Amino acid sequence: MNLVFRQRRAYWLLVLPAFALMLLFYIVPLVELLWVSVSEPRPGLGNYELVLLSGPIRRIIWTTVRVCIETTIPTVVLGYVVAYAMVHVERGQFTWMMLCVMLSFWVSVLVRAFSWLVMLNTRGVVNTLLLATGLMEHPLPMAYNEVGVAISIIHFMLPFAVLPMYANMVGIDKRYVSAARGLGASRAQAFWQVFFQLSIPGVVGASVLVFVFSLGFFVTPAIMGGGKVVMLAEYISVQIQDLLQWGLAATLATLLLVSVFFILAAMSRFIDLRTLFGAR
Amino acid sequence: MSSERISFGRCLVLAAAWMVIAFLVLPMLVVFPVSVTDQYYLSLPRERISLEHYGNFFGSEEWLSATWQSFAIGACASVVAMTLGALCAIGCWRISSRASEAVRALMLTPIIVPAIVHALAFYRLWIDLRLLDSYLGVILAHALIGLPYVVITVSASLANFEPRLEQAARNLGASLWQTVRYVIAPIVMPGVLSGGAIAFAISFDDIVIVLFITSRHIYTLPKRIWNGIQDHLDPTIAVVASLLIAATFALVLTKYLLDRRRLNGAARERATA
Repeated sequence: MNLVFRQRRAYWLLVLPAFALMLLFYIVPLVELLWVSVSEPRPGLGNYELVLLSGPIRRIIWTTVRVCIETTIPTVVLGYVVAYAMVHVERGQFTWMMLCVMLSFWVSVLVRAFSWLVMLNTRGVVNTLLLATGLMEHPLPMAYNEVGVAISIIHFMLPFAVLPMYANMVGIDKRYVSAARGLGASRAQAFWQVFFQLSIPGVVGASVLVFVFSLGFFVTPAIMGGGKVVMLAEYISVQIQDLLQWGLAATLATLLLVSVFFILAAMSRFIDLRTLFGAR
Repeated sequence: MSSERISFGRCLVLAAAWMVIAFLVLPMLVVFPVSVTDQYYLSLPRERISLEHYGNFFGSEEWLSATWQSFAIGACASVVAMTLGALCAIGCWRISSRASEAVRALMLTPIIVPAIVHALAFYRLWIDLRLLDSYLGVILAHALIGLPYVVITVSASLANFEPRLEQAARNLGASLWQTVRYVIAPIVMPGVLSGGAIAFAISFDDIVIVLFITSRHIYTLPKRIWNGIQDHLDPTIAVVASLLIAATFALVLTKYLLDRRRLNGAARERATA
């Protein structure tokens, strides 16, 4: 018994360095940030009152939530098609699909936002082609507005939707679908009433993941929005870097953090979060 | 009739899937033609293909030093994350109590917290610790956000490992360090390396934290790209983007080929056994 206890203590020594570092340099400053939201510039809930009452801030929050919804739905629908195809094609095609998804998953977020800027700005590739073919007389404004922001967010989030839905669909036994067909269901019925039902956990998981990631997304909205479409993360950054409004920034950061935790906690009652983050 | 309709439905789904994948990949590839443009703004080449902007990149002290800084920071941060993350995962796996599960869950928080939130948190503490705009500050922050991925990958590679093997080593007189070094390390090495690769990629890609905790002294590659995009859209950024996409493709392909070789090897072993 004593030996087991001593061995255990030795193993805690392995855990300690990482744990101490995480606690002191990550968790503590995070908690301190939450504290700033109720202590600066004056102690109390003044910052939260400001957020609730200020028109511009409410507009930013509304823009953020609207863009997140506008991007999550198409992302999950498009991702579903890819994931569905990936579990049904033969190996050769599967390999190419997976390579393409992994490539876009790993390419730097900045590079991806930049290529959308190249595609969509008024002198960009899409507009050059539209003008050259005579389809348009004037360049179409697509960068620095909500359309451009939405397109580039969908593009960034797609792999995050495809991968969990693919992981879920691989686990669905295809014999259920064959059985439904054998019992007289049409292809559409077999899909909707059997396969789709079984894939719902993946769909919900992917939706929540994409929505939560988009809520706090900084890089792509900041580049494609060009100051005209401002989402929460960019607004927080402006509060600090240009205006030094620590109290307000910390309050918005707290609200963001709490919403993310709340949404994930609500989801974890339905789905094992670890499967989504690849821990299992 | 029926089989015809099956193949028609199948084709429709396949076509849709490939269109989505084209949407995923093609817009990124547009940076390649733009990087060889003969113009001074972002556009497709007009009259000829020009390597001038590649010359600009490889001749620029600023871009080269930014690349070098990103590599150095990424390497240091991932080494710290790999070492501490692997030890932590091994310890938690072996202790496997309520407390160690709680510790492991805590180690995963940086994955969930939005980047802008921890960037602010780092910024505030780094001011007090005088770590702003220092290599140590950036490496520490990047190591912390990379740590969870190493903990996850190492835990995953330990999940199928028989704890009694490790117990046997201890009973035969191996010290804790010897057990870790000779019994556990070979098992977890693939996990450590793939976690380390993720940690490196995250550090190499980070712009949000770097925007807050660095100023004039440290200029990583993402920060140069960021400033380039904000100031004037110079085709040199398209050169950097092309190089990064090519490098990423090479790495993804290598990883795929290695995985396939390992899978085939395992299959052959099973067949001969």
